[in-house]
This record gives sequence, C-alpha cells and structure tokens, in this order.
Amino acid sequence: MAQIQIKNIRKDFGSFNAVKESSFTIEDGEFFMLLGPSGCGKTTTLRMIAGLELPTSGEIYLDGEEISQLPPSQRDIAFVFQMFALYPHLNVRKNLSYPLVSQGMARADIKKKVDEVAGILGIHDILNRPVGGLSGGDRQRVALGRAIVRDPKAFMMDEPLGALDAEFREHMSEELRALHDRMKATTVYVTHDQLEAMQMGDKIVVMNNAVVEQFGTPQQIYDMPATMFVADFIGSPSMNFLPFEGAVESGGAHVELAGQKLAVPVQRQGASGKLVFGVRPEHVALSDTGGYRGEVLASEYLGTTQIITLGTANGEIKARVDSGQVAKVGEKIGLSFEAPRVTLFDETTGRALRSELNEGVLAHG
Amino acid sequence: MAEVVLKNLSKSFGDTHAVSDVSMEIPDGAFVVLLGPTGAGKTTTLRLISGLEKADQGEVWIDGRNVASETPAQRDVAMVFQQYSLYPHLTVWDNLAFPLKSPILNTPKDEITRKVTEVAEVLQISHKLQNKATALSGGEMQRVSIGRALVRDPSIYLMDEPLSSLDAKLRTDLRVELKRIQANLGATLLYVTHDQIEAMTMATHVGVLNEGKLVQYGTPREIYEDPNSLYVASRLGIPRINLLPADLFGGVPTGTVQIGLRPEHISQGDGLEAEVKRVEHLGDQKRLHLTLQGHAITTLANPDTQYTPGAMLKIAPHKPLCFDANGQRIR
Repeated sequence: MAQIQIKNIRKDFGSFNAVKESSFTIEDGEFFMLLGPSGCGKTTTLRMIAGLELPTSGEIYLDGEEISQLPPSQRDIAFVFQMFALYPHLNVRKNLSYPLVSQGMARADIKKKVDEVAGILGIHDILNRPVGGLSGGDRQRVALGRAIVRDPKAFMMDEPLGALDAEFREHMSEELRALHDRMKATTVYVTHDQLEAMQMGDKIVVMNNAVVEQFGTPQQIYDMPATMFVADFIGSPSMNFLPFEGAVESGGAHVELAGQKLAVPVQRQGASGKLVFGVRPEHVALSDTGGYRGEVLASEYLGTTQIITLGTANGEIKARVDSGQVAKVGEKIGLSFEAPRVTLFDETTGRALRSELNEGVLAHG
Repeated sequence: MAEVVLKNLSKSFGDTHAVSDVSMEIPDGAFVVLLGPTGAGKTTTLRLISGLEKADQGEVWIDGRNVASETPAQRDVAMVFQQYSLYPHLTVWDNLAFPLKSPILNTPKDEITRKVTEVAEVLQISHKLQNKATALSGGEMQRVSIGRALVRDPSIYLMDEPLSSLDAKLRTDLRVELKRIQANLGATLLYVTHDQIEAMTMATHVGVLNEGKLVQYGTPREIYEDPNSLYVASRLGIPRINLLPADLFGGVPTGTVQIGLRPEHISQGDGLEAEVKRVEHLGDQKRLHLTLQGHAITTLANPDTQYTPGAMLKIAPHKPLCFDANGQRIR
C-alpha cells in the first residue's frame, strides 16, 4: 500500500481547463475523498491518478515514484466505477478470477486468493452463481472483489454508490468503510455527496471550478471553512451567511451588524467593506436576551432537533435547536451566536478571514 | 379546499393487495404525508382518491360527497406527478395557464393573468415565463408542474414524490417553500414520499403505510416519539434506531423481545461497557459506532468530545421502546 503525492497537476481538454494546478498528498492507508459539484474536476483528477487521463502538466508520485506518464497497467492501481462492469456471461468466481488469470497466476493460487477475498466480502455462498441474477448490492460487492484480488497499491472509486437507493446506500457505505478499516488500503473516492464524504473520509479535498478549495479532515473542513463555497457546500442545512458592510481590525473580536455588536473569534487579519458573518445553524440559539432580532418564518421538525428559519435585517438565517423549544411562525425573537465558532468572510474574494479559530488550518491550506 | 375521508378502502391488482382496508381522515387545511417504502401502496392510495383507479371496496368522500361515481375531472383534485409532464411545445406561461383554460373551469382572461403571475412569483420562475418548457432545468420544470396544480383551487392537492428528482439543495429549499405555500393558501394537501425528512419536516399528519395497510397515523412528533410498532420506529430517524435483544440491558416489561433505542437515547458514562469502533465527525453531531457483546450500536456524542477507535465507553438505555415477538409496541 502506498502514499500518493499530487504536485501542481493540471489538465486541459482543448481550450477547456478541467483541473487547475492542484497539489495534495494522500497518506498511506487513508480513505481520501474528492468532493465537489458536477463538473468541478474531481473525476478528472481521479482518472489522472489512475492513468486513464494524462495530465497536461504536473507530477504524480506513487510511493515516491513519478507515474504521471505511465500507462494504467503499470501503475498497480485498481479502479471501481459507478456502473459496475461485470462480465455477464461468467459466474461470480470467474469474474473474480479474471484479473489474476490475465496476470498469469497459478491456478491453485488464484483459487486461494479468490476464496480469501470472497471471505472478506461475505460472498462465499454466491461464488458459483451467474452475475446476471444478483442483487445490486451483491453486484457491487463482486465489482469490489475484482479490484481487491489484485492486491493493488491503491483503490480509485468513482461514485461507487451513486446508483444505489438511499437506504441501501447508507448500508453499503458503512460496509465499505468497515472493509477499508480491515484492509487499510489507500483509497481515493469521488463523490458529490457531502454527507457521504463526511461519514466515510479520513481526509477531504473540496473542489470547485477546477480548483482545490480546501484540503483537510472532515472536522477542519466543517468547522474552519477556507472559503464561502466550502462553508456552503458542507453541512445540511449549510452555513448561514449574513452579509454586512463594515470593518474589523486585526486583534478585533467584534463586528457590528444591524446596529448590534456581535462577538467573533479574535481576528488575525483586518478587513473592511463587504463582509459576511458566517455561522452554522447549530451555533445559533434563540434567546430572549439576544439583541439581534429575527422573525420566525418556518420550522421543520427533525426528531430530536428542529430547524427554525428566521428573517433578519441581514437576510434569512436557519437555527438548529432542540425540538422541545417552541417557536411560533410570525413571532419576533432574539438570537445569539456562539462567538468562538463564527467565521468572517470577505465577500469579494469569498475567502475566510484568518482568526484565532482557523489560523492553524488556513496557514498551510 | 375540503376535507377528504377514506373509509375501508381496498384495491388489489391480481394477487397483490396494493391497498387494504385503509381508513383515514384528511382534515380541511391539513398537510398529510403518506410515508412508506416502494410497494407500500402510497401511490395507489393517491390514484384511488383522484379517480385514476377504481376501488375494489370502500369509499372516498370529498367535501362531504361520496365520489365513487364521479370522473377524475368531477372530483376536483389537482395532481402533481413524480415525472413532470409539461407540454413541450408551449411556454412556461401557457403551461401554467392551461388548466385554467379547460372548459370545466373556463376562467376569465384577467383572472388567468393574475393567477399565473402570482404562482410564478411564489415558485420563483417569473423570469422564465416566456421560455419554452423544454428550455428549463429539471428543477425549474418540476416547479412549473407544481405551479400547474397551484393555479387551480381544487378540493385537494395530491402530490406523488414531486421533489424526488431534484438535487439535494433545491429539495431543501422547495420543502420549506411548499410548506409555506400550503399554509398561506390554507390548502388541503396529500403528499406521498419515501423520504422520511420530507415527512417529518412538512407534514401536519403522517400516515405510515406497510404492505397496503395504514399502520399508524398521527403528527410527526407522535410517530417519532411514540411509534406503535417496530416497523414504524425504524421508518423514522437518522441514524436508524438501534434494535437490540431485550435481555441485553434487562429491566424491561415481560413479553419484550426487542428494544428500540434511538441513537440520542443512550446515556454515556454508566451501564455496560461498549467498544468504540468508528467515529464519524458530521459537523453538527458526532456519530459513534459501538459494539456491545457483538451487537452494533450507533449513538451520538457532543461534537467537542474526543473518542478514538478502541476506546471503551459505558452506555445505558434511556427511554427504550419495547416490542413484543410480533414487533408490536409494549407500553
């Protein structure tokens, strides 16, 4: 298993720039997520690592060896696609054996290896069945098995659960992650589903418009977003943005919105003009003492919590509060914000301002 | 708007009992969501109300009339389908105006203008009114098809998974929007979905269907907090409710075979020792995947706590739901 290092990689298709100079490192044994909306360049990045596309410029290191121009067969990387491509005329065992047969492995070794992989995936009982009659989940397991038998240095997965329905998808994502925990194989996984990325990933790269917006652990990405795009893309409901005109100094710990002084983490960077006060719904509380006021527009019950939508002087805001709390539509109510968790953004650049909260993450981001 | 009552409604297709003996009251102005997996009978129930299917047994009452002998048009219902079926050769405006021009409604021209403008505003498609219906994104097309129902003033709106083909972000926005529209119009709405979030967030009443039977009917809060069967308990809640053998923790009423523990109803620091298998940081919450004597358990922890795989943690049930051998609730 292996470390993968991406250095200033770029890809153009004619005049279209699919991936701008991007760099990040995937450590040995990591479950690594490439996350972003469709068209952001995540699949192209994955295909460059696998060798299905050649980068226009930049380097890719697999365990220290530069591989960016090698054909896929010499990279020792296994690829699992969204549409599981199995050989329909072969049974499960033959589908699993195929990559080994083509490598010229001895028959006894093949049998041993296939049995071992079938054990890992729990598909022993279907080894002699034709793939045609299998359920979606079993097909996906066989497709995974075919990648695993080769003992590759790393796995590339392109939305492998995208075609499954919601309930089954959650089940398979747990299974996939548990499998990874047993095998400890370096895995790069492409998805547009932020929850899937947060649930399964050790690290996440968030891409947008061919650019890496942020790279870090799920916790860093969620709590200390580097850009407004990341803050908006991660989390459901996403981060609240309250735009305001104002100024904040380096060392300052307050901003003024709608005539109210609101506390923020100690800032490491001054800014003025069009700014944005960013706060997650769970860091907004309804309180009678809060000087910042809002009017309740809607509430959505979610079991233990509920989402309250409020109208404020700076636009709509959502609060995630205990479902026992009563909020009537039309009611005017005070709001308070958990100051240490607030991020300020410069609206023009879309970038987060450095503060006590995020300086550790943004410094090397 | 009107009240709709179903009395002992049944419908079979060959050997399949799609809907069996369903009785429910949809009060005037209610937002009722029918929730169930594929094949539970949700869509058939809608089609029985609208008159697109004929019931084998039972009655549908709309606004105090038994509508058995009425055609779909006479029943005065507006239906929104999962697959938006717009007229591709017409503009958005003409698509929205179309139902109002039907010979039955025969709406005056300035009334049509007023209605279409108003609905387009509500659904935020005013700027696309002159576009051909085919020159829209999927989300916009679905909004037009919802709009085509909203321009009318029927006894009841029937909606069959209207948001399921939209992307996550738009779905969240339209959820809030639809609920707001319904409340403002005071409309009676019956909405079918397999998405529990939609059911919880929008409904005034939720009906849970299982294999054609209405197994529970109540407010979202009642369904979530006080389910009457194991089936209902496992339909709602993310992460899913933990189902465990009754004797694992003990202290349950006799006859209990399984207990259901919502992830948030597990207290930490006391009780039985469980091992942390995995920690998921989901931002607003932290999910802990535990094993306790071979049973997988999911629970929630404060986002600021630090647990690592392999750590041991004592847990105890808090407000367990008890179920008998048939999966029925023991209270």
